[in-house]
Amino acid sequence: MRWRIVSGDRPGHPVATALLLVLLVALAFAPFLFPGTRSVAAAARICIFIVLAASYDILLGYTGIVSFAHTMFFAIGAYGVAIPLANGWIGWDAVLAGGLGGAALAAGIAAAIGLLSLRVRKIFFSMITLAVASLAQLLATQWRDITGGEDGLTFSLPRILSPAFRLLSDPVLGVRIDGRLITYYLIFAVSLALFWLMLRIVNSPFGRVLQAIRENEFRAEALGYRTIVYRTLASALSAGMAAIAGALMALLLRYNGPEATMSFAIMVDVLLMVVIGGMGTLYGPALGAAVIVLAQYYLQPGLQALSDAAGALPLLPALFHPDRWLLWLGVLFILIVYFLPAGIVGSLRRRSRA
Amino acid sequence: MPEPALLTLEGVHTHIGRYHILHGVDLVVPKGRLTVLLGRNGAGKTTTLRSIMGLWRASAGRITFGGADITAMATPDIARRGIAYVPETMGIFTQLTVRENMLLATTSGRFDEARLDGVFALFPVLKQKWHDAAGGLSGGQKQMLAISRAIVEERRLLVVDEPTKGLAPAVIEHLIEGFRQLKQTRTTILLVEQNFHMARSLGDNVAVMDDGRVVHTGTMAALAADEALQSRLLGLSLASHQ
Repeated sequence: MRWRIVSGDRPGHPVATALLLVLLVALAFAPFLFPGTRSVAAAARICIFIVLAASYDILLGYTGIVSFAHTMFFAIGAYGVAIPLANGWIGWDAVLAGGLGGAALAAGIAAAIGLLSLRVRKIFFSMITLAVASLAQLLATQWRDITGGEDGLTFSLPRILSPAFRLLSDPVLGVRIDGRLITYYLIFAVSLALFWLMLRIVNSPFGRVLQAIRENEFRAEALGYRTIVYRTLASALSAGMAAIAGALMALLLRYNGPEATMSFAIMVDVLLMVVIGGMGTLYGPALGAAVIVLAQYYLQPGLQALSDAAGALPLLPALFHPDRWLLWLGVLFILIVYFLPAGIVGSLRRRSRA
Repeated sequence: MPEPALLTLEGVHTHIGRYHILHGVDLVVPKGRLTVLLGRNGAGKTTTLRSIMGLWRASAGRITFGGADITAMATPDIARRGIAYVPETMGIFTQLTVRENMLLATTSGRFDEARLDGVFALFPVLKQKWHDAAGGLSGGQKQMLAISRAIVEERRLLVVDEPTKGLAPAVIEHLIEGFRQLKQTRTTILLVEQNFHMARSLGDNVAVMDDGRVVHTGTMAALAADEALQSRLLGLSLASHQ
């Protein structure tokens, strides 16, 4: 019954369950467990990337569609919030209209791309999404009047979310209850709700059809399912979720620009989150998002500490120099892919079944 | 009085890429009967079934089902008209459970409990493996699941491609019994089968294919009784495969 309420789908291995529970508790109490602007920003990013990576998993892991346009939808959501706020329409109605409007636009574009191009072979569909994403990036950088071009858009948030806002005059457990904290919990709550919704969707009859299509498209057709319709719906749903994640990112940064939400580097990060966590598990991308964001935030300072500790030894200080953090990130990826070929959750599930 | 035709193929040609596989197939599947499609490897039996399902598009000719022309219909629309297809590869979704595989074959997303009990009576092992991943089933169990998926709801026609391929004799006997019980419900079945023992045990009618054409049609009883005809059509005698 307990798992029915969640989704009916379990992480599938005690270690995966434990890791996910630790992640959930850490995120739920992040401002109190890890006080400080940087750690709360990292926690908020983890929440947002959990939604972004999980929505990409619906495409890649559950439906077998490889799209390179996912960050375009992320950016559409972010611009949806940024454009009205940067133009002086500052209020919850602007945030809601921008976020939901962005999600609807992203879903519409994804459905149009899907209907026009999901019939072609998978590799050509991927190339089409790459072309559309490049076009959108060009549009975002060139259409300065609307998007702010390369510089992007900086804006103020509704008063309750602004850093200067104080809900309580006294700190609670040593933490100030201010606009930043409220923004964090808004991001956490929306991310948790969206992740739960995605879990429900992938474990619904609709989700089962998606998995059937991934495994054997012809067989799904022979059972009477119009695969193009299902793939297009999955594409639109995934794009809508990515756009809401983008809106949350805009609220976190109080800024949006092409580099913040649209860059190809983010697309690569999302791919890595899904692959490292375990494709087609939804829980996996949540762990993958945590691994990647934590590495991006804390690998450099961690290496600095190691380098300092190994100060007197030959070679080691140079090897652990903080500038080499990308090299160590690469080593981490290779190790995970080598030892956990189906990703963290995917590999743990396999062991559990064996 | 002969049974009315449920499925008719008239002069069906099918090309796969630049290869011309079917050269004008004529076939009638009567309602409520089990029709066996026999023929050597490469005769075009599987292509005929795939053409019926729209998985390969017929380049000429006409396929009618229940009086409606389905030649140019999309596969999902053909399936929704009541044709269940069990391919040679079984088409099991290995990462889904047995239950989920069966559920996907229902049009309402719900089981008819009485019918499900009938399926379990036919293949009890599926009840034991109900919540297991279908990828872990043995070959025979997968075939039982594939057939169960086709009968979990009432269909107008079952199209089954070589269900005994690669299965142990004991499992084949079990499948024959399953088909025999299905026949008692007057389900219309088109069965491609290389196992002559099974074909002879079950078939009401038979069509023999060679080189992309149907070269003989008649009753199974007549073919089974005529060794010379078997030898001419199939190059061997049914009696030697019992």
